[in-house]
Amino acid sequence: MELPLDYATLKVLWWGLVGVLLIGYALTDGYDLGVASLLPFVAKTDKERRLVINSIGPMWEGHQVWLITGGGALFAAWPYVYAISFSGFYLAMFVVLAALILRPVGFKYRSKRESTTWRTSWDWALFVGGFVPALIFGVALGNVLQGVPFDIDRTLRATYSGGLIGLLNPFALLCGLASVAMLVVHGASWLVVKIEHGHVLNRAAKFGQIAALLVIVFYAAAGVWLAMAGMGYRIVTDMDPNGVANPLRKDVVVEAGAWLTNYGKYPWMILAPALGFIGSALAFVGLKNKTSLSLIGSGLAATGIVASVGASMFPFILPSSINPDASLTVWDSSSSHLTLFIMLIVTVIFVPIILAYTAWVFKVLWGRLTTEEATAPGTY
Amino acid sequence: MPELLVADLSRWQFALTAMYHFLFVPLTLGLSMLLVVMEGAYVMTGKEVWRRTTKFWGNLFGINFVLGVATGITMEFQFGMNWSYYSHYVGDIFGAPLAIEGLMAFFLEATLVGLMFFGWDKLSRPAHWLVTFLVALGSNLSALWILIANGWMQNPVGSEFNPDTMRMEVTNFMEVLFNPVAQAKFVHTVSAGYVTASVFVLGISAWYVLKNRHLGLAKRSMAVAASFGLLSALSVVVLGDESGYALTDNQKMKLAALEAMWETEPAPAGLTLIGIPNQAEHKTEYAIHVPYVLGLIATRSLDGEVEGILPLVAVAEDRIENGIRAYKAVETLNDDPNNIEAREIFEQTKQDLGYAMLLKRYVDDPATADRATIEKAAMDTVPNVAMAFFSFRFMAGIGFLFIAVFAVAFYFVSLKRNVPRWFLYLALYSIPLPWIAAELGWLLAETGRQPWVIDGVLPTFMGVSSLSATQVIMTMVGFTLLYGTLAVIEISLMIRAVKLGPGARILPKGIGGGTQDTSDQAVPARPRTIQFDK
Repeated sequence: MELPLDYATLKVLWWGLVGVLLIGYALTDGYDLGVASLLPFVAKTDKERRLVINSIGPMWEGHQVWLITGGGALFAAWPYVYAISFSGFYLAMFVVLAALILRPVGFKYRSKRESTTWRTSWDWALFVGGFVPALIFGVALGNVLQGVPFDIDRTLRATYSGGLIGLLNPFALLCGLASVAMLVVHGASWLVVKIEHGHVLNRAAKFGQIAALLVIVFYAAAGVWLAMAGMGYRIVTDMDPNGVANPLRKDVVVEAGAWLTNYGKYPWMILAPALGFIGSALAFVGLKNKTSLSLIGSGLAATGIVASVGASMFPFILPSSINPDASLTVWDSSSSHLTLFIMLIVTVIFVPIILAYTAWVFKVLWGRLTTEEATAPGTY
Repeated sequence: MPELLVADLSRWQFALTAMYHFLFVPLTLGLSMLLVVMEGAYVMTGKEVWRRTTKFWGNLFGINFVLGVATGITMEFQFGMNWSYYSHYVGDIFGAPLAIEGLMAFFLEATLVGLMFFGWDKLSRPAHWLVTFLVALGSNLSALWILIANGWMQNPVGSEFNPDTMRMEVTNFMEVLFNPVAQAKFVHTVSAGYVTASVFVLGISAWYVLKNRHLGLAKRSMAVAASFGLLSALSVVVLGDESGYALTDNQKMKLAALEAMWETEPAPAGLTLIGIPNQAEHKTEYAIHVPYVLGLIATRSLDGEVEGILPLVAVAEDRIENGIRAYKAVETLNDDPNNIEAREIFEQTKQDLGYAMLLKRYVDDPATADRATIEKAAMDTVPNVAMAFFSFRFMAGIGFLFIAVFAVAFYFVSLKRNVPRWFLYLALYSIPLPWIAAELGWLLAETGRQPWVIDGVLPTFMGVSSLSATQVIMTMVGFTLLYGTLAVIEISLMIRAVKLGPGARILPKGIGGGTQDTSDQAVPARPRTIQFDK
């Protein structure tokens, strides 16, 4: 069957679409994770905590689907990446799962009993459900940037030779902290626009400002580290972008500074890291003045930071540190031409519909949440 | 060569987490639909009691729904975590329905479920009803896509192996979409979900009637559950799974296994009503045989043959031998993609490639397998017969029982008859049964497919990740602790919400006092029957 788009174009489009899904997740559920991470610190009394919880209560569930769909899209569009990253990061994935499982239950069950022990326990469950995924997602990206110890045999079966502890190396931890700080800024910004003025909002603004400064520091440090340590991989064989998806048919070398060469080749890509810094600075100003500029800034920062990881590595997706030739790239890790095409059609139809009803729900729930509303019967 | 212990552990983990997940799914599927019906009655009549009824069941729906969502993430992640080679091997086909499920169904349901709970005062009545409807639609569409994915594992249509990428790739997406096995499974599974919710609503309402509490809500709920449940129970059994049988050798094997039919019988075959299958000696002991029935059900004809287990094993032997040729050709093509001769052999034999991989349990290179090994591998295509045989019988028995239960319930509510206390007790104690039937159904569907993870394409043990047994044991312990704790909490919250009844707020500290509902404190003398038309 002749498809209207060639294979290489579809491969690049899917690189962009996976990026869109990840950024969608960071923009939406990102603030839920940030708010949950802030919960024990910005809200002290039960009323305050319900104010914070209910500011994200009605919508977090839809936001989480960005992650679920992202996982599904990875499976469908980049099966090798899905297979190798999920099994390679096995125990880390389990920790993320456990944290993400605690979250829905925490929201729903917390207010079903009045006991203080019961509620405080769920508050911490919610905190874990926000903080742990935020940290591990960052740690995972930090490892991907360095390359991950996997190999592939001739039947394309992957083996992974690292463990959970190996993931917690200093650079990855720095990325993890940057990720937590970024989502805390986003969460604080959400609280600043969403809840009534008062102690909770003031504390959120304060924590958010500190976090915004930390994002700038951590993000800059990670960038400098990346340049100084000379991270990066480069494909040295001529690859046919329209070629079959078999990651064993190319040669790759480790090359110092290769993660920065894209910014020379495609200068517009500098926009991504620039947004990371500018957005964080805007968020800082917005949080200081308690205006909605905070949320715009934190959104731009999250978009820029996530995009910069993709931009630095393109066309690599998951480099292998022990057998660089087996690294997964945009050109040789995707699904078949037909599957990419079908999934593109489905995505083009449904993403606008999703955005439309999500916007409608935002509109229905528009306005600052008051403590009275947040503690009314039937709320979380 | 994957490690068999890791494969077995991963199977256990998948089975446990999937069966746990499916404790919550059927109730979500069915109760969301019942909420649409109940809220519809509220929108049409404007009667406050319908609003209260909807909100009461909606609260129970919510307690159940969150665990369905939470445990569903595990399912999606687990393919990649524990079944990495599987994910690589079939991701090109299998990943698509999962991604579409997210885009088309799960987004809809999850984005709107918040408004369903929190939008009562923010939306007009019809708008809120629409939200409830879209949540129900989303969860049911979700089931559709998951069952399209699962149906493809049972009957892998519309795809073929590509030696260049060493994986299955889609050739015809429409075939995957309109896979008859998937369609049959979808109807069967959602109907089972509707039955589950109907039994749940009927049973809890019966308890209220027995306790003489909330009669307005209970009677209305019973009426809805009885009609909805009767239709669904009929649909589960009549439109059931059977249309998917006999399509492939392995589906035939599953059918033969669940009937414990070792040899092909002259048509029309008899049905073994009950007996004890003996897998080692290939016979069924203490069998009670009913002539003709199986042939009639399975082939819908007098002369159609139902193949027995042992003849199907002989077919598998041939396919293994053919598969070895395909395997050798793939090996050659792997080194030399342009080898025309190997390409030709591959094209002739590719449908049996999976059969050669059955040998990998015994030998590293299938080409070196001797006759005895091939026979042993062919015998591996027989699933656990006793498991299939008994799970099918108990599941089907429960299914038929529900037709009777709902028929009686429908008789009482539609004719406004007295509902006798024995029936109310029967309804109450039936509550666990649909869950048992649903879990047995999955046991049958998935153990009956063994040794394959993708029928005839990929043996289960080949699909596993290169993990250590220790890693899998760690997560199994983790899941067990987490899931066990959550199950206890969920069930206690459910029971508590039911005991508090509709309109009740949470109790103040110290359980037992202060409900707004006082009817349970002073239960009047229990009447022998309950007049239904009060």
